[in-house]
Amino acid sequence: MTALLKVQGLTRLFGGLVAVNKVDFEVPEGSILGIIGPNGAGKSTLFNLIGGTIPPSEGKIFFAGRDITGWRPYRVAREGIARTFQTTALFEELPVYVNLVIGRRMRTRSGLGDVLSRTPRMRRERDETTAKVMEVLEFTGLGRYAGEPAGSIPQEAQKRLAIGVALMGEPRLLLLDEPTGGVGMGETDEIIDLIGRVRERGITVCVIEHKMRMMMSLADRMVVLNFGVKIAEGEPRKVCEDPAVIEAYLGECIA
Amino acid sequence: MGKSGRYVKASALLILLGIAAALPWLLGKYQVRILTLAMAWTIATLSLNLILGYTGQASLAHGAFLGIGAYAFGIMVQRVGLNFWISLPLACVVTALLGLLVGLPSLRTKGPYFAIVTLCFNVIILKVFENWNWLSGGIQGQVVPRPAFLTQRWARYYFVLAFLLLTLVAMRLIVKSLLGVTLMSIRSNEDLAEAVGINSFRNKLLAFVISCFVVGLAGALLALENGQLDFTITNYLYSFYLLIYLLIGGVATLSGPVVGTIGLYFLLDYMKNIGIKGVEEFRYFLFGLILLLVIIFFPMGITGGVKRAWEWARGRFRKGEAGEVAG
Ligand SMILES: Nc1ncnc2c1ncn2[C@@H]1O[C@H](COP(=O)(O)OP(=O)(O)OP(=O)(O)O)[C@@H](O)[C@H]1O
Ligand SMILES: [Mg+2]
Repeated sequence: MTALLKVQGLTRLFGGLVAVNKVDFEVPEGSILGIIGPNGAGKSTLFNLIGGTIPPSEGKIFFAGRDITGWRPYRVAREGIARTFQTTALFEELPVYVNLVIGRRMRTRSGLGDVLSRTPRMRRERDETTAKVMEVLEFTGLGRYAGEPAGSIPQEAQKRLAIGVALMGEPRLLLLDEPTGGVGMGETDEIIDLIGRVRERGITVCVIEHKMRMMMSLADRMVVLNFGVKIAEGEPRKVCEDPAVIEAYLGECIA
Repeated sequence: MGKSGRYVKASALLILLGIAAALPWLLGKYQVRILTLAMAWTIATLSLNLILGYTGQASLAHGAFLGIGAYAFGIMVQRVGLNFWISLPLACVVTALLGLLVGLPSLRTKGPYFAIVTLCFNVIILKVFENWNWLSGGIQGQVVPRPAFLTQRWARYYFVLAFLLLTLVAMRLIVKSLLGVTLMSIRSNEDLAEAVGINSFRNKLLAFVISCFVVGLAGALLALENGQLDFTITNYLYSFYLLIYLLIGGVATLSGPVVGTIGLYFLLDYMKNIGIKGVEEFRYFLFGLILLLVIIFFPMGITGGVKRAWEWARGRFRKGEAGEVAG
């Protein structure tokens, strides 16, 4: 398998703090990579670098063989990398289905002229978007919330919606920052199931999580960060038994 | 329910249109004139609504662009002697182009910084028009000749009404479309919008340029109705007037700007006429008071308040129905 995402010597400084320190890894197409590490290890910063929210201080990011280092977020997204945020980001006052429509916008071309003269292109894109919205509502199980403001639906449903919005643009790579964070233990199953079904669609996934048990069943490979440095990488079971990981993570291997 | 709701809405709109068409024959001359001006101002409020209400960028330069549209039109018909039908759209285009020049640097700033930068631009434009007599015509200003078909008061009323309706239709097409949804995503969460592939700067710039085009139209129509203009039309106070009309009427709705602008315009004019002394100064106080009351009691503006009251009443009605069935 070829690497869909390749990160080389990625480094990011915040003042004197090295939040991400010379990190290398590859994500083969069609796989799920788990990223774990204690609080402040630099996991979210890593996603912000890949997604273009902040530029790296050093290092390179390749996506499908293309150097995307330093690209603005909207260009990264159009290239095929979608993401969710640690603190769930949604268009809160807008209805659930409108959130999904917005997620599709980058795949449509209708501009002011189309809108004012209601061109065939506008109608076609509107119908295509509607069809895709229906499909994703079904896929994420959010049909019954379709008309409600995104900010008013349950926390767990919001997490699924964030994934749904990301899927609307038909990405090749999906970055999920703690997709079950802030969700009660009993409610995580649906989200884990959803991530599994996303992979079945052939979408490559990178997922940040604290819950080791969840990672064990979900991830094909894992990367462990500590103080910005990659301290381990490999199959979940091996990583879990790695003494350096156990020490850094202050945890035992639960599997 | 959805279908009958649409029926009610359509018939209400038709009745409103009928009333608007009949008004010149029901009202006195003076009132027709005030209503014509209020409708031109409504177009300006609608333009601010696009960039502030839907896109979330608080422009305080709309007073300047209103004046620029008015002067571009006035200069073309009077001093250049261009045809009326060329001058009117050209005035809008000139305003839009200036909007592009101003938007390019200023839309790089966000939130309150954008408001301050645009306000500064408005202050500069006022000073420019105040001091460059060759441009503004000095204190006397300049006349704005009217074409023969617009010499009658009622003709101008219908003319401005037609443009108001046109603006409303265009705005509705925009905000209900993929483009409108894109603008709202920037207002709602700009970082997320970028993360899903939306070029926020480009879309903000587009909204700003459209908005300037429309406010330029409003300025030209005001100049036309007044038959003359002077540098005070570029005053930044008008940026705040528009803001207040919009906030009181209800942001990010289409009826809000109409209700807010026409309602307040008539209220202020009425106060002036019943002879409240010093109303020019008093009206800022009144504006502040109204704004405060509306923000406290109707955070979504008058139309938002009416909508909530309607939903509340309907909820009670439904409950009553359900209660009867249960009992
Ligand atoms: N924009 C920023 N400016 C300054 N420092 C930052 C910024 N973003 C992150 N940091 C710092 O970088 C370090 C890594 O933060 P990051 O959010 O990536 O950690 P994390 O691994 O995601 O942690 P958590 O598990 O708590 O989400 C932290 O020390 C954080 O304070
Ligand atoms: Mg984090």
